[in-house]
Amino acid sequence: MNIEQSFKMAIKSLRTSKMRSFLTMLGIIIGVASVIILVSLVNGLSSEITSSLEAAGTNTISVNIMGRGSNKSFGADDMAAFIEENKERFKAYSPVVNAQATAKNGVDSVTTSVTGVNELYAGMQGVTLEAGRFIQFIDADRLQKVCVIGTYIADELFDGAVYADSTVKINGSSYTVVGVLEETADSTEGSGDDIIYVPYTTATRLAGNANVSSYTIAARDVANIDDTVDLIRTELYGAFGNENAYRVVSMSQMIDMMNEITGSIAVVLVGIAGISLVVGGIGIMNIMLVSVTERTREIGIRKALGARRSAIMSQFIIEAATTSAAGGVIGILVGAALSFAAGAVFDMSVAPSVGAVLIAFGVSVAIGMIFGYFPAGKAAKLHPIDALRYE
Amino acid sequence: MIRLEDVYKIYPMGDEPVHALDGVSLTIEEGEFVAIIGQSGSGKSTCMNIIGCLDVPTEGRYLLNGQDVGAMKDDEQAFIRNKTLGFIFQQYNLIPRLTVFENVELPLIYRGMGERDRQAPVLRALEKVGLVEKLKNLPSQLSGGQQQRVSIARALVGDPSVILADEPTGALDSKTGKEVLEFMRKLNDEGNTVVLITHDMNIAEMARRVVCLSDGKITEDRAMGRKH
Repeated sequence: MNIEQSFKMAIKSLRTSKMRSFLTMLGIIIGVASVIILVSLVNGLSSEITSSLEAAGTNTISVNIMGRGSNKSFGADDMAAFIEENKERFKAYSPVVNAQATAKNGVDSVTTSVTGVNELYAGMQGVTLEAGRFIQFIDADRLQKVCVIGTYIADELFDGAVYADSTVKINGSSYTVVGVLEETADSTEGSGDDIIYVPYTTATRLAGNANVSSYTIAARDVANIDDTVDLIRTELYGAFGNENAYRVVSMSQMIDMMNEITGSIAVVLVGIAGISLVVGGIGIMNIMLVSVTERTREIGIRKALGARRSAIMSQFIIEAATTSAAGGVIGILVGAALSFAAGAVFDMSVAPSVGAVLIAFGVSVAIGMIFGYFPAGKAAKLHPIDALRYE
Repeated sequence: MIRLEDVYKIYPMGDEPVHALDGVSLTIEEGEFVAIIGQSGSGKSTCMNIIGCLDVPTEGRYLLNGQDVGAMKDDEQAFIRNKTLGFIFQQYNLIPRLTVFENVELPLIYRGMGERDRQAPVLRALEKVGLVEKLKNLPSQLSGGQQQRVSIARALVGDPSVILADEPTGALDSKTGKEVLEFMRKLNDEGNTVVLITHDMNIAEMARRVVCLSDGKITEDRAMGRKH
């Protein structure tokens, strides 16, 4: 008996007991759908992260200086000198000082992140302004109390109407608003629009730090960025004599790290979803065993009419595989639909990959065959007389 | 063509093994219409199973067209059943999920025939039993007599050398039963070898030769005058 024939018979027997077939498939449907959803979400998340990191510039290197010995230090001046020495390698740099602060205008107040930077930061990070100007060299040099605010802050404190002489109180001190950033993320709380830039020198005071501990550096050439990273490390090792005192990471290394992390998250999640596929397979095996028992007489008739073992075997295996594959297809559709829905809800570009769909289908067919093998073998081994006599 | 040589079939049942067949020798030639008759427990069903290649003798030999069936593997027996034998069962044994057409074509599917090649012989067999117009029906939509005719069509479709009928009228009323028997006689007249298993002497008398079995032994083997 050929495969096509077995396949037709399998479809027929699936259709005669629709409810049972559906329940049998349910395990596979849930398993496949959850694998598809998880893979899609993780893919969406990782491309989201990658693109936002890439937007910051792949030539960006971030430097963090953590522990310093009491008499060893590497301050903003040292960094400026170092950058100046290696001009051929570096395009620009900016100290980055982060602080949480309360910003007030009259009775309106928000808690937001204040970032201290220099005049080169906007160019490096692609920060653009809607109105006014960015922080300038002279602001940092003279510890000016000026700030550039995001649209969320502008909406919250000024109802969007910011004037040239508007001031905002940050942790009690008055700052002149010199610029408003262009909206980047719908002006929502916690987004890229919920930010205030101030000169880094002013920010160190605000944060209560004596020195700058983070820098963003733009390399001239992306091609030899790893060498550039090494150059910075060597300089810092010279200053501290301890590798644990600082951390230097290029954006491309960061992207690699992120991808590695999301990759291992994906493996764990898909592994968990895979367990439900195995459970689904056992469900199929269970139903196939019942079906073999129920159809013992039919098997006897088929054998009496000249069916070989292989014909009976393939009939039941193909039936199991068809059940499982049908479950797989439904699972893929459900998973894809839910992925797109989740993408719409989280505002992410979530799409099930073709690879995931093909693998999910292949795995569900394989599960049907593997778990159908034992019941099919049981059917094929039945002795024709015993099977015919079965009531 | 059918040759049983001193066949024993012994079932191990507790301490006392049961001799279902106790040294049976029987030869059936091509074109014969033989009835094997016996009470229940006489061994007639075992005899039928062995002739039908559904079971093998414990001792002795069974030769079908000169081939020793007892020495064959499962799949070889399946091949012989498919090619040489047509079964008609008491309970019809149609597969309820399949239509009349699909039931009749089963032996041809297991023979490996393609879909197109199967059409003509299936229709011919159904025509012979007068059920062509029912080919799309399910067995449950037919009367008992019609179902038995479907099973006859299924037995005939592969053009077997031997038609084996096990109590073919057992589940039918006497009028329909008679029609089925007439039909089997007609098949015999057309040259088919027919072996009929029954417990009813009136039915056995339709055959040309009657073999009586009792306690696993042949007690009588006689030719019959034809009743009309």
